[in-house]
Amino acid sequence: MDDKTVVVRELVKDFPGVRAIDHLSFDVAPGEIFGIVGPDGAGKTTIMRILAGVLPPDAGAATVARCDVVGDPEGVKHLISYMPQRFGLYEDLTVNENIRFYADLFGVRRSDREARAAELLKACGMSEFRARLAGKLSGGMKQKLGLVCALIHTPRVLLLDEPTNGVDPVSRREFWAMLYSLAGQGVTVVNSTAYLDEAERCHRIALLHQGRLLFCDSPARLKSRLQGSVVSIVSSEARRIRDALAAADGVSSVVLVGDALHLFVDDADRRIRDLSARLIGNQIPFDEIVRVTPTIEDLFVEAVRKDSAHPAP
Amino acid sequence: MSLRRLLAVSRKEVFQVLRDFRSLLIVLLMPLMLMTVLGYGINLDTRHIRVFAFDREGSPASQDLLKRFESSEYFDLVATVTDYRALAAALDDGRCQLAIVIPHDFSARLHDGRPVNVQALVDGSDANTAELAIGYAQGVLGAYGATVQADYLRKSNAPTVNPVLSVEVRTWFNEDLESKNFIVPGVAAIVMAVIGVLLTSLTIAREWERGTMEQLISTPVTALEIVIGKLLPYFALGMLDTAVCAAIAVWWFEVPFRGSLATLAVGSGIYLTAILGLGFWISVVTKNQLAASQIGLVATFLPSFLLSGFTFPIEQMPLGVQPFTYVIAARYYIVILKSVFLRGSGLGALAGPLIALVAYALIMVFLAKRSFHKSLA
Repeated sequence: MDDKTVVVRELVKDFPGVRAIDHLSFDVAPGEIFGIVGPDGAGKTTIMRILAGVLPPDAGAATVARCDVVGDPEGVKHLISYMPQRFGLYEDLTVNENIRFYADLFGVRRSDREARAAELLKACGMSEFRARLAGKLSGGMKQKLGLVCALIHTPRVLLLDEPTNGVDPVSRREFWAMLYSLAGQGVTVVNSTAYLDEAERCHRIALLHQGRLLFCDSPARLKSRLQGSVVSIVSSEARRIRDALAAADGVSSVVLVGDALHLFVDDADRRIRDLSARLIGNQIPFDEIVRVTPTIEDLFVEAVRKDSAHPAP
Repeated sequence: MSLRRLLAVSRKEVFQVLRDFRSLLIVLLMPLMLMTVLGYGINLDTRHIRVFAFDREGSPASQDLLKRFESSEYFDLVATVTDYRALAAALDDGRCQLAIVIPHDFSARLHDGRPVNVQALVDGSDANTAELAIGYAQGVLGAYGATVQADYLRKSNAPTVNPVLSVEVRTWFNEDLESKNFIVPGVAAIVMAVIGVLLTSLTIAREWERGTMEQLISTPVTALEIVIGKLLPYFALGMLDTAVCAAIAVWWFEVPFRGSLATLAVGSGIYLTAILGLGFWISVVTKNQLAASQIGLVATFLPSFLLSGFTFPIEQMPLGVQPFTYVIAARYYIVILKSVFLRGSGLGALAGPLIALVAYALIMVFLAKRSFHKSLA
């Protein structure tokens, strides 16, 4: 356990009327890109804030880079960079002034600052915007500036709360390229996201639902560990199909994914025949019915369904 | 405590103030505006009281008396009327505040050395002005009476009698008893309180509202570095405004300045720290710019106006109210300002109010620091 950069044990955080974090435990290894994945209200922001030392938990333990977050939140702050969900930089300061401010706060040497800022700004294609007020940047550029400010010192752990929310695809790709390069240098990245396609880019993910941990593993292993399989039906009558098949034998859940319907079933090969027979019997037209590899989204929906059916004690 | 982080916070704050139109307006225009409006608006000197006269005699003697009213700077003889009804009408609609009626046998009685009653009717709806008008009128009539008496005695060849007791009044510090000389320094204290609190009350609340606080408190910067780093630029601006207020007082309102600039600077610096600390504390507690600026205004403007001894002497306040004056920083600063301007007092003579302000400033900065946590909880 000593080699883990983030250790979370039985963490609990209550807000009036709601338990935001419910006995949460997980570890993150050095150089890992770890995703905290879940819908709104799952407790993603709360766990990020606790790890950043800006919100004390009610119970449990957490260490970041071997520093006790609960006992010594100020100590943690020298070792991390935290990017809150809401843009946290000064809109009335320029790109350069924001960078200099955070460099000063983290005690970065002046010569290092210049070299590092130039390198980081170049990496995210922002070199020519140094004199622009942060408030005049686009959403994607704001997030990239946030990352530049977060990386102006060398954090052991980078905490990003929904960093690519509302960011255009190009900026997103640059953003992820920077994260992979950081992880390659040994920086641990913990980022939260509600986008399941983004979760697939992480080395490992923790699925959160109502403050509880549902799964914690690599996206591939999670998919393979999944019991059962997914049948995809493409049809223009998706709603009618859902109504007709939701209660069929062996079907545990039905989700609309794009223009297709994903049915979570116990055994795809066996059920495809029954299901197509049923659709034909009900005279519902469909273009295609095939077995597919489950996506994180399927996995998530199924996990949440199980979790809701058997709430933890 | 890291000087580099502290200065980084100060630098950032300076950029923000310079780019914030509202803050600049407060810093640059507010002192000019408040000093002129309040400096001119509050004038406790009652001069040019409007007088109507009903001279029932019209003799040289009665004219002589009226001339004395005319030549006094306290009175303006607006009109002479010929009946009581006109006099009553003038008092009714406020064309005059004082009406003088001279009896028809005025000069005859004076000549015979008999007592004369001159009637004065006063508009008592403004008690303060009425009392002053009565006092000044008695002064004019008394002086006239004394000359007449002296004349009479001289004419009747009686031996000159000097009054047994007379008071030789000499006013120190404010020789002409001009109210502006103590009002204007008091206004400066109020102006600084309002500006200081308004500026700082926004600073922490703004960070919470714009969402920049969450990221700021996730860095190694300490609470004390944030407090001091943020107060420094406002301190500089506040001292600039103090200088502007003092300059307006001396060169525009011509208030005498007899003390030393050093004493003024020390007193103002301590007072400003107290005020900035108060504004900062309000900002920390409310976390909301609108609430902070309104509470700040309520906490400084009216109390500094009413409870500091600026408008009403503290000793004359009801006993139940007096204890509250001790928590008004302006109370101590006004004493310092008046003394430095008019008496030329040095630091030694002002030890009492200075120590009180130092304690006040320390408590405010302590409260601000204690209420500010690097935490979202």
